[in-house]
Amino acid sequence: MNPAALPTNPPVATPFFFYLLAAVMIIGGILVITRKNAVHSAMALITTLLAQAALYLMLYAPFVAGVQIILYAGGIMVLFLFVIMLISIERTEKERQFNKQWLVGIAAAAALGGLFIAVYTTTTSGRTLFPEGKLTFAEGDNTQRIAGLLFDRATGTYMFAFEIASLLLLVAIIGAVVMAKKRI
Amino acid sequence: MLDISTLHYLVLGAALFLLGVIGVLTRRNVVIVLMSIELILNAVNLNLVAFSRYWQGIHGPSALHGQVFAIFIITDAAAEAAVGLGILIAFFRNKETVNVDEVNLLKW
Repeated sequence: MNPAALPTNPPVATPFFFYLLAAVMIIGGILVITRKNAVHSAMALITTLLAQAALYLMLYAPFVAGVQIILYAGGIMVLFLFVIMLISIERTEKERQFNKQWLVGIAAAAALGGLFIAVYTTTTSGRTLFPEGKLTFAEGDNTQRIAGLLFDRATGTYMFAFEIASLLLLVAIIGAVVMAKKRI
Repeated sequence: MLDISTLHYLVLGAALFLLGVIGVLTRRNVVIVLMSIELILNAVNLNLVAFSRYWQGIHGPSALHGQVFAIFIITDAAAEAAVGLGILIAFFRNKETVNVDEVNLLKW
């Protein structure tokens, strides 16, 4: 398909929305790791995941955005909430929330952050490692192209990986049942 | 304001990754540790999709490998959450606690 024949969309990725969604995600992430009540953490995580789905749309990835909402916010988080309700005990909120190694943990995370900063500010011949990428294609056939990579006989680079992924899910189902069932 | 480049997304991804790492290393509640792992996986996914956009700008709209990788990572996250929560239920049944630092049977 000729990309020039497709209508070029006006950019939805305005800086304002990026910073708004980024702020929502960061605040959500901070809430996830600081709340005492696990249900509150789960709610904050769902907010973060939904904001991330919106960011995927800004990156012209509508299929991944849909998968993110349906699978992550809809599937995995419901599983989390179920388990929280199964094992939630009131006394965990009154206990110590952080373990004894929290200082070492934060130091390790700070070292990792320093590494990230060092990598992202590295410049080679006046440019950072990751220059700006421009994209003005219409995203209408994004899903079709992903399907081409996953299933098509000619262009399906990831067909074998897809089959392995289904095997992984089968193993995960069996593993979860074996782990959670009292007597098999 | 500046245009949003790939680097912006990478910095956001790095920040989320760090939040996840802090959560994994410092929290005691297993459920919240697992949720922090989800945060880390999502940070990586954001990076992959941002790189996919950058790659598409160079190689045309069919260069969607980053997005395909993101889908595989979401699959792995689902499997990981299912098995992790299964282990958590088994653990809770035996020890009546959800704190990671009380799991010390293999420690000597």
